Amino acid sequence: MDTLALAPGFADPVIEAQGAFRAVMEALARPGTLQRLPVAIAPPAPLTPALAAIALTLADHEAPLWLDVPLARVPAVADWLRFHTGARIVTDGCEAAFALIADPAGMPGFEAFALGEQAFPDRSTTLVLACERLESGAGLHLEGPGIRESARLAASPLPKDFLARFRANGALFPRGVDVLLTAGDRVAGLPRTTMIRE
Amino acid sequence: MSAETTIETAGAPRGAADAATGYNFAYLDEQTKRMIRRAILKGIAIPGYQVPFASREMPMPYGWGTGGVQVTASVIGPDDVLKVIDQGSDDTTNAVSIRKFFARTAGVATTTHTAEATMIQTRHRIPEAPLREGQILVYQVPIPEPLRLLEPRETETRTLHALAEYGVMHVKLYEDIAQHGHIAKTYDYPVEVNGRYVMAPSPTPKFDNPKMEMSPALQLFGAGREQRIYAVPPYTRVRSLDFEDHPFTIQRFAEPCALCAATGVYLDEVVLDDRGGRMFVCSDSDHCEERRAAGHRGTMLAGAAGTENDHA
Repeated sequence: MDTLALAPGFADPVIEAQGAFRAVMEALARPGTLQRLPVAIAPPAPLTPALAAIALTLADHEAPLWLDVPLARVPAVADWLRFHTGARIVTDGCEAAFALIADPAGMPGFEAFALGEQAFPDRSTTLVLACERLESGAGLHLEGPGIRESARLAASPLPKDFLARFRANGALFPRGVDVLLTAGDRVAGLPRTTMIRE
Repeated sequence: MSAETTIETAGAPRGAADAATGYNFAYLDEQTKRMIRRAILKGIAIPGYQVPFASREMPMPYGWGTGGVQVTASVIGPDDVLKVIDQGSDDTTNAVSIRKFFARTAGVATTTHTAEATMIQTRHRIPEAPLREGQILVYQVPIPEPLRLLEPRETETRTLHALAEYGVMHVKLYEDIAQHGHIAKTYDYPVEVNGRYVMAPSPTPKFDNPKMEMSPALQLFGAGREQRIYAVPPYTRVRSLDFEDHPFTIQRFAEPCALCAATGVYLDEVVLDDRGGRMFVCSDSDHCEERRAAGHRGTMLAGAAGTENDHA
């Protein structure tokens, strides 16, 4: 690994991590809203600044990361993540606290990740997707906690059967994964409690 | 107490010579914050479920709000405006010291006005003024497990939550009715969150329970000694447990606040002498002050003309 070539992480780690966490927290607390992430970082491609910001904010030696195929194919991505977060990179999605997914359309099914246990449903993976487009007020209809009546969210690309997958995930409640959608410097949350229809 | 009613900004740039140096922003180290932040996110995703977390020693004893302080420290940012209340009051020891703690370690602005605050840490009350979207209410929780006094074993209560088996709680409420003719629980009154988890709202009076239902604000709960974090997202159903023939009711007060004449608010009883003299005043000190500033006058407000003080 060429340490000289290692791109920097957050310039102000404490404040930027706080800002990124707050964005992710608001996104999960209010599904359908778009929150702004601090993304003034240039991680090795195809790791996007948004995925990188969330990893820097939440991953560490207690919270392993899983990388999808496009990310795992580039060793510099794992090197960068390991150096800046100290997190283990795991190949079994069921061990991951966070799954970083650069190619959402080609992502594996939710059953490839930790779904939590009935008594400990918090022990489940949070999937972080790098979408190309994310828009509030259009697309899918969302209902559930955090949403006053209903909200709308459009994201692409997503797996063709994303709706069916997410509904099946919701049927596992209280178990299930939670999903963060990112595009550019925006993040939206789909906690397992959100009900989606077209 | 009016000395602190305006926004006060610690002012000093972060990391520079604040009153307290040698600490990370908001006291906690970054690894602890990440661990707590992960717990908060799962708490929001599973409303009412108690997420275990590795609670840290804080520079105050357990029982003084260490859970709430750790949650606040992990969420708060330099642009936040913090309000801290203890039993509704901004000026009790606990509230003042926690507010100063964050003014010193995070350099954040503090306020006593509910409407100006972005984060409100509370012990045992929800402010009277309606909360709005974007505000975060952080509760200090002594006993997060609503079933604890009915079933002491953690392994057992965890299983009961996993199975959504809350019969024992309904039996307890029913026994109240059988013995007293009504549900006698008046604080820490159990609620069902989003139709699934039964949750302890912390020892707030049951008067405040309806404010949790579909609140625009995010509600976070921290129990430091018991090492649990849980959450109620905004716009989430929060139902106080009851029976069809014994519906949930809140406390009602016969007279208005003696200082600001407010009705429909939670009142504290203040004993005035040893001959039975007493007054009832708003528990929410900011609400009471704002009403008085707006010209509302209660019967016992100093200088209130033509009022009588006979409450015997």
